[in-house]
Amino acid sequence: MALARRLIPCLDVRAGRVVKGVQFVGIRDAGDPVACAEGYDRDGADELIFLDITATHEARAIFLDVVARTADAVFVPLTVGGGLRTRADVDLVLRAGADKVSINSSAVKTPGLIDEIAGAYGRQALVVAIDARRRDPDDPARGWTVFTHGGRVDTGLDLARWVDEVTQRGAGELLITSMDRDGTGLGYDLDLVRAVSGAVEVPVIASGGVGTLAHLAEGVRPLSKGGGGADAALAATIFHDRRFTLAQARAHLRAEGIAVREGVEADP
Amino acid sequence: MSIVVVDLGMGNLRSVTRALTVALGEMPEAPALIESSDPAVVAAATVAVVPGQGGFGDCARALGRGGGAMRQALYERLDADRPYLGICLGLQCLFGASEESPGAEGIGYFGGAVRRFTSGLRDAEGAPLKIPHMGWNDVRPEGPIAALVGEASYYFVHSYFVEPDPAARASLSAATTEHGVTFVSALARGAMLGVQFHPEKSQRAGLSLLRRYFKKVLR
Repeated sequence: MALARRLIPCLDVRAGRVVKGVQFVGIRDAGDPVACAEGYDRDGADELIFLDITATHEARAIFLDVVARTADAVFVPLTVGGGLRTRADVDLVLRAGADKVSINSSAVKTPGLIDEIAGAYGRQALVVAIDARRRDPDDPARGWTVFTHGGRVDTGLDLARWVDEVTQRGAGELLITSMDRDGTGLGYDLDLVRAVSGAVEVPVIASGGVGTLAHLAEGVRPLSKGGGGADAALAATIFHDRRFTLAQARAHLRAEGIAVREGVEADP
Repeated sequence: MSIVVVDLGMGNLRSVTRALTVALGEMPEAPALIESSDPAVVAAATVAVVPGQGGFGDCARALGRGGGAMRQALYERLDADRPYLGICLGLQCLFGASEESPGAEGIGYFGGAVRRFTSGLRDAEGAPLKIPHMGWNDVRPEGPIAALVGEASYYFVHSYFVEPDPAARASLSAATTEHGVTFVSALARGAMLGVQFHPEKSQRAGLSLLRRYFKKVLR
């Protein structure tokens, strides 16, 4: 048996509540993050990700409390991202009980932050999140550029170059989101997932666009079998809406011949 | 009876302590649970839990502080077959040296080495083998360790693994896991259990393992 492909629900948190942005605009409330996390833990999520989309200082304290209560309640790895600008921000989140942090815009602004976090906490604790958009929607051969600030700012950075730089600096894992597909339900940008997973040694989490169980399978199916070759599949809406459960997702992947975590449904 | 989570100053003990609390909570007479970096406290506790994040070099430095008092406390514990539960680096530091930090000195109780997964390997399907080895993987126990570890999926996150030498291997019961190579993912002998994976992050399977271990050593 091989290393299982991971299924990771992602919860966007604002002011202590879960939200899910559609194309990062038009946000709607979807509940209490601790309760959601416990539910996903029970359902057999392989990991959980919280993204804090809070802007204010006050709400940051509420968020840290959410992280702490979640870390006490769930026994799977918890990654926390959103608005982490300094090593001190990272330290607070890890102390609250997160296992990994995810940085995005701040890594582009201050690439040295990657070296600093990896040096202080180990690269396994650092996920670098990259939001990418195709230069030409119809031609993946023209490549992707890196966006920041929730997809609002085009940095002009070439994706392949940025992937290379962050992995050399100490990213332990990459979270790759297609800005073309995010919120559409049309499936991952498989060309994007392939371009990254085939290029790096660190694990890759595919994100952006999942609408069906088949999309999850495509993302993590091995490169040699025409899949995206990602190590983990992130999804939000399809799980939050209860359109599919994690058990259904796992069963679908297993039926497709993809290694998933076994024994989740078994009694302790 | 007391359980000490050994604080080697390498990060957050919260998740380990929390998982132990939950696992112990179901025992009829739950022992006291403390975190400490004091070698005397560690020596006095019934069970020492040695968690591990960070690097082998940091771990070695912590073991060597104060004239190597912590290293000695843990060595003597192992030598007396008193309960030791090592997690990740807590398993790796049972050995003397690691490729991660040449020259850094572990507890060195068992002969062998700590090696890095080789870059450029491919899995059975020809896909690039990812390092760190991160995620859920199967553990295959052989012999007495099966009663503790069970055949289950556990959560791993590491780039280095232990390789006991033949003499050490003969004295230990081992579980193995596949990731490009077949590596030792857990070792047991007497009251000692060392696991490369993270029971505190392995959901029900991990909590069950902790319960089985404490049932065994706290009898």
